[in-house]
Amino acid sequence: MRLPPRAGQHVAVTILWGLTAVTLGVLSFIIGFILLHGLPHVTWEFLTSSPKAMGREGGVAPMIVGSVWVAGLAVLIAAPVGVATAIYLTEYTREGRLTAVIRFGADCLAGIPSIIFGLFGFVFFVITLGMRFSILSGALTLALMVLPTIIRTSEEAIRAVPKSYRDVSYGLGSTRWQMVTRVVLRSALPGIGTGIVLAVGRSIAETAATMLTAGSALRFPTSVFESSRTLALHFYILSREGLSMTNAYATASILILAILVINLSAYALMRRFVAKVA
Amino acid sequence: MKEKLIHVALTILALSAISGLALITAFIFKEGVPIIVQVGLRNFLASSDWYPTEGKFGIFPMIVGSLAVTVGAVVIGVFFGLGCAVLLTQFCPPRMVAVIKPSIELLAGVPSVVYGFIGVVILVPLIRDHLGGPGLSVLASSIVLGIMALPTITSISVDALQAVPRSYREGSIALGATEWQTTHMVMLKGARSGIVAAVILGMGRAIGETMATIMVAGNTADVPHSLLDPVRTLTSNIALEMGYAAGKHREALFATGVVLFIIIMILNTIAMTVSRQRVRKAVAR
Repeated sequence: MRLPPRAGQHVAVTILWGLTAVTLGVLSFIIGFILLHGLPHVTWEFLTSSPKAMGREGGVAPMIVGSVWVAGLAVLIAAPVGVATAIYLTEYTREGRLTAVIRFGADCLAGIPSIIFGLFGFVFFVITLGMRFSILSGALTLALMVLPTIIRTSEEAIRAVPKSYRDVSYGLGSTRWQMVTRVVLRSALPGIGTGIVLAVGRSIAETAATMLTAGSALRFPTSVFESSRTLALHFYILSREGLSMTNAYATASILILAILVINLSAYALMRRFVAKVA
Repeated sequence: MKEKLIHVALTILALSAISGLALITAFIFKEGVPIIVQVGLRNFLASSDWYPTEGKFGIFPMIVGSLAVTVGAVVIGVFFGLGCAVLLTQFCPPRMVAVIKPSIELLAGVPSVVYGFIGVVILVPLIRDHLGGPGLSVLASSIVLGIMALPTITSISVDALQAVPRSYREGSIALGATEWQTTHMVMLKGARSGIVAAVILGMGRAIGETMATIMVAGNTADVPHSLLDPVRTLTSNIALEMGYAAGKHREALFATGVVLFIIIMILNTIAMTVSRQRVRKAVAR
């Protein structure tokens, strides 16, 4: 028996709304559950003190510093390279074999699992280049990991800038580089920013790759050549080894809040970009 | 002169992604391939004995484990992810899209360790109490990985559905089809190659995920016989033992990485070929 078309439509749309509602329910549940259990334990003291007894007591200050260092440095390295790649692809060359190779590289990098980045960072940065487990090893590994995201979002942002802007700039006698830096990049900036902000989020959330490259030292990092445990790894170790559930929840809350802030800013930037270019 | 220098500098920077890929490939293979040669490829892939301290390196259970959780994850991810994509592009008022789409993107931003943790605290006890077994299982990993692969599947499918020309939809509606008939007979067909690419990339995400899997899969290096059995995946095999492995054991973990790397590259290539066909089709139009 077949449903009449109108009824079929009703059933289908109801199911689709149901699927979407479940998805959003899962998201709200995850965020709500973590924040409900963890937020009450996120005190000033927790944020500013060092862990004691492997994290059973005390706070997470060194891990916050470690996460900020690793993620910040990773993006600081990846952003100029990624934006330069996007500029090259959009403004300085025509589609051909070389661009195909560059795109192939970026697409493949985007698909590689983080544990493979971790293995590579471990054997290349940590051992071969002698950087040991350090913030720098972690940051370089993550830089490679977030590079494709930055390339892709920057390329899209630059392509969205209307051609007329470029024509006007050339018409006024600017060189290609002046046109790129003063006209195209200025308009594309919020779009590029979205990609960079999302890259920061990915770097903060990453665990497998930093575990094998930045290490898991608990002390306060004083330079980028020292090992530092990131927040995400600390959370993993706390919960996996059952050291302290309250501290695990509190650490997860900080991570979730960070991700919320990051995604909201990315979204705000994107809206600004769309408003500006459209 | 200055322009020339800038051009050269940009070209060099633009080559860093492909150079990075080359470096990664070279180093993973350099570390992993010797032990595969030594043990024998067939033995390495088909033996079920993983006793690294006794020099027995068979990763068959991990290959089966990775495939099992990935298939489960894709079933769940496609069901929900494609459902969201179809709703967002065909039936959802724009004001709701503005809320739902960023929420699904937020789902992609949640750290994998948080997914794993929720899996352990909520899902694993539920499975243990109501379905039996240890709870840490293929099923638990499939559900967690399915949710994690969902945003990838949704966002690429949304792009694919939006790329279907408006005239297709209008033509179908004009012929008297309902919106749902239009969706499944016209839009989903028109977006097919993009959706296939979405599913394959979602598969790649699931097979490559590490921390969440470690937390909910149970990690015993045996071939699972039911959905409720614990499994160990290729990724967890690496992450679990890398901390203390040395010598041949460490080489065998890199070799596990080589196998994973090859699987991912095959998936990537398929996804790229499929979406390139789409571009060609669009151009031909």
